[in-house]
Amino acid sequence: MNFILIAVAVLGGIGLIAAIVLYVCSKKFAVYEDPRIAQVTELLPGANCGGCGFAGCGGLADALVKGADAGSLDGLKCPVGGQEVMGKVADLLGMAIANGEPMVAVVRCNGTCDLRPKIAEYSGLRSCAAMNACGAGETACGFGCLGCGDCVAACQFDAIHMNPETGLPEVDEEKCTSCGACVKACPRHIIELRKKGVKGRRVFVSCVNKDKGPVAMKACKAACIGCGKCEKECKFGAITIEGNVSYIDFNKCRLCRKCVEACPTKAIHAVNFPAPKPKPVDSAPNTPSTPNDSSNPKVEKEEQA
Amino acid sequence: MYGVIIALLPALLVSFYFFGIGSAIVCATSVAACVLFEWAINKFMLKNERTTICDGSAVLTGLLLGFNLPSNLPIWIIIIGALFAIGVGKMTFGGLGNNLFNPALVGRAALLVAFPAQMTTWPKVGQLTSYLDAETGATPLAIMKEAIKSGDASVLDKLPDSMSLFLGNHPDGAGAMGEICALALLLGLAYMLWKKIITWHIPVSIICTVFVFAGLMHLANPIYADPVSVILSGGLMLGAIFMATDYVTSPMTPKGQLIYGVAIGFLTVVIRNWGAYPEGMSFAILIMNAFTPLINTYVKPKRFGEVPAKK
Amino acid sequence: MNVRTFRIGGIHPEENKLTHEVETKVAALPKQAIFPLSQHIGAPAKPVVAKGDKVKVGTMIAEAGGFVSAPIFSSVSGTVFKIDTAIDATGYRKPVIIINVEGDEWEESIDRSDKLETVEAHPELTPEEIVNRIKDAGVVGMGGACFPTFIKLTPPPTAKAECVIINAVECEPYITADYRLMMEHADEILIGLELLMKGAKVTTGYIGIETNKPKAIELLAQKCAEKFNGSAYQVEVVPLKQRYPQGGEKQLVDAVIRRQVPAPPAIPVNVGAIVQNVGTAFAVYEAVMKHKPLFERYTTVTGKRLANPGNFLVRMGTPMKDLIEACGGMPEGDNKLLAGGPMMGKALTSVEVPICKGTNSVTIISGDEAVRKEPQPCIRCAKCVSVCPMGLEPYLLAKLAAVQNWERSEHEDVVSCIECGSCQFTCPAHRPLLDNIRMGKSTVMGIIRSRAAKK
Repeated sequence: MNFILIAVAVLGGIGLIAAIVLYVCSKKFAVYEDPRIAQVTELLPGANCGGCGFAGCGGLADALVKGADAGSLDGLKCPVGGQEVMGKVADLLGMAIANGEPMVAVVRCNGTCDLRPKIAEYSGLRSCAAMNACGAGETACGFGCLGCGDCVAACQFDAIHMNPETGLPEVDEEKCTSCGACVKACPRHIIELRKKGVKGRRVFVSCVNKDKGPVAMKACKAACIGCGKCEKECKFGAITIEGNVSYIDFNKCRLCRKCVEACPTKAIHAVNFPAPKPKPVDSAPNTPSTPNDSSNPKVEKEEQA
Repeated sequence: MYGVIIALLPALLVSFYFFGIGSAIVCATSVAACVLFEWAINKFMLKNERTTICDGSAVLTGLLLGFNLPSNLPIWIIIIGALFAIGVGKMTFGGLGNNLFNPALVGRAALLVAFPAQMTTWPKVGQLTSYLDAETGATPLAIMKEAIKSGDASVLDKLPDSMSLFLGNHPDGAGAMGEICALALLLGLAYMLWKKIITWHIPVSIICTVFVFAGLMHLANPIYADPVSVILSGGLMLGAIFMATDYVTSPMTPKGQLIYGVAIGFLTVVIRNWGAYPEGMSFAILIMNAFTPLINTYVKPKRFGEVPAKK
Repeated sequence: MNVRTFRIGGIHPEENKLTHEVETKVAALPKQAIFPLSQHIGAPAKPVVAKGDKVKVGTMIAEAGGFVSAPIFSSVSGTVFKIDTAIDATGYRKPVIIINVEGDEWEESIDRSDKLETVEAHPELTPEEIVNRIKDAGVVGMGGACFPTFIKLTPPPTAKAECVIINAVECEPYITADYRLMMEHADEILIGLELLMKGAKVTTGYIGIETNKPKAIELLAQKCAEKFNGSAYQVEVVPLKQRYPQGGEKQLVDAVIRRQVPAPPAIPVNVGAIVQNVGTAFAVYEAVMKHKPLFERYTTVTGKRLANPGNFLVRMGTPMKDLIEACGGMPEGDNKLLAGGPMMGKALTSVEVPICKGTNSVTIISGDEAVRKEPQPCIRCAKCVSVCPMGLEPYLLAKLAAVQNWERSEHEDVVSCIECGSCQFTCPAHRPLLDNIRMGKSTVMGIIRSRAAKK
């Protein structure tokens, strides 16, 4: 019997000492954490996917609480939880968030391999940032897409892919969470977050080339030459020409598509509109439109060719 | 990579001379198995289009693994060793350039643990036509271990003299194929230094540390062998010149390499004198391989501009 | 004379000084001269002419755009065609002034005689006057960096200049422009050095020359002794071991006066040295003594497959195309056109790019040498670490930049990188080390700047 008693006593003693040590440590080395962080974490989906840009939901909760104290929740968003979850979090923290309309990443370049010929070959680190630092790239357009896929590498949602035939990236609307990673990754600021639009319909200028018209055309047949016809056509004041390139303000655009018809180089794209009914007179064979899946500028070009 | 293979040629030829057909079979099997496994893993498991077998690293691993093995080792054991060396030691970490441990040593260590009997019986030199049936004998390291265990310094009289250890031609000498002749390995070292494939830091620091530490132990107690025998026996030369200097697993700065070499030398003597195995080199190198990233993080090269300006 | 060198790293690429002994020719005037407004570090210059204006050689066509800036002078006489954009050495279209060339009429104020003007003969040249004339003439560093020279001669109050070091090293392969300049204008260069020393208010000067130019060392040493022995100045010609990047200013200072410039933001004058390229010294002589602003320079046009590589005295604004034609035209097959040398030059996509203040060479690399080899995995051979002249670890910096770990990049001193290319040159696996490090360096410098701006 003795040895049982001794064993119990010894182990019990060890357990007691360990418990005391742990208790003291937990009190002495305790890290104060704002209780709101735990509350916000409860509201978040708990998937720890990293879509918000933080390591886990806890990281985002921490940033949200800090943001609330600093006065603004801008830039912090849970793409998986969406508007609903963000609304609850904002209520908890006593903040207001902008009523966000769904946004999507839009690639504003249509310089495909056919339309924008190569004038040189780049032999080096195949990254858009590196090629951008080296010079204008393999074509004569110093503003257009470089095609190395920094945007593809930046996307955590598998929502953007390079099309090997056109050499341009294409955004998958279903998967895009408008987190903005591709926008930051593009060294030429070609990708922009624009409103997704009613039924996914949107109109945008697919060019950011600031060279003068003749120079731009020489580099790429689909360039915006800054002629201003679209600006004149737009009755809603949504279009401005600055630095030889046209820009459509997505907040003012009413999707009437008059600018699309007016553009002489077909640089303006309308996405997710239904195909036009065949017109009796062969007046406008160049109305671009696509079926209701992801935008595909190449298909439009072929229809108009 | 091919430069190192050329540097190993003297040792390879010497091993054929001393161990005959056994060494040829072991080396050939080892090299073939390593290359085959690297190709197969690349193609079928990693689904790479291009495989890296042409850069010479698989051949080198195969050669070094073979040099660590006794020349009467059955083929199936060699193949298992190659699988461990390439599969576990190299490819699981990410292939060329990413492995943490020296692949040949991983293979050797795995075989030592899995087949201790076969891996610790060493054929004697001079049996050119025997393979599996070669007569085995005591290696110099086994003699040293016996002296330490029995506490009897006179056992050390059985050691071959230094010249035979250096040239490898003692009639009763036994050992691993690549380790038997220090002269051939030193020729390889000279070649690599001349071609600037490696620098002097690691081999010199290992050999000097072993010499000094073993020398101190010998002076303290004669049951420990004299330092010249210590540096000429076992895998010390092979390890110091070819295994520890492997680019991928050794530190990147000269100062770091010296620290690495001294630690390996120290650990080798410790394991040889007080460890269970007679040979300590492979374990010492493997242990220090694990420390290489730590050495790389904390030992930085001298930055330009750190010299205080002379006013 | 014992040969000095810098203490850390360095490589030994093939020299390929194909044009070493080719005497300099005066390049033909172009039909149209293109002047980018940004030919120097700092704010771009602002045009002061308009379409249709007539200009002479030496007329100012753009004034300095700020303190750290330099004016630009026409190198041709003719009519301003337009102010437009054109591709310059950055690879992008930048604002330029294009002038149609008519005749070769020079401004009257420029002294075109060959008479050697000495400093003794001009007592009116105070240090301030010298610096002003350099500033007004638009002289910038001619070694390629194009930093406005007048700013270098007036160091900030925290630093005291002790000596002027002339960088006549020309360590980069292929380039021989500085060597030809030394062989053909040694006297003017020494007077230029004297002006620089007077302008910086120092009495010690050094001229660093690599040992692959023995004739230049001998010539300059002899002329230095004749000129400066017994004068108030101590000038020494320092032969330097042939090693790349001996011509990097930090390496040069280390070799010549055995002092290492600390990490950025420190500059050579923080250890007492003002470094100027030998071409700048010549430009200083012409600017101060001959009232000739900076509008022409020595440029090497070279390449293994060029029919007649040569050295040219070329008016800035000349398109590279003209010089290449003068050398026999672009070779057949794949060619890489570099503004500069093979180590630090920039690959261009157009032969219309004009010669600017910093264009010391046009190098054409042809055939197999023009295309990069496929990169292999890093085998951690540490060759890059052993050659880095700044004591950095290129394999680590490249990896950190590739995974975008900027915090650790900064900690590992990526901003100290001088972008010499020794690491990429040495790497046996042909890895794009410098490409990655450059991206890391520019991102980290941006982070540091925005951090300083927030404070």
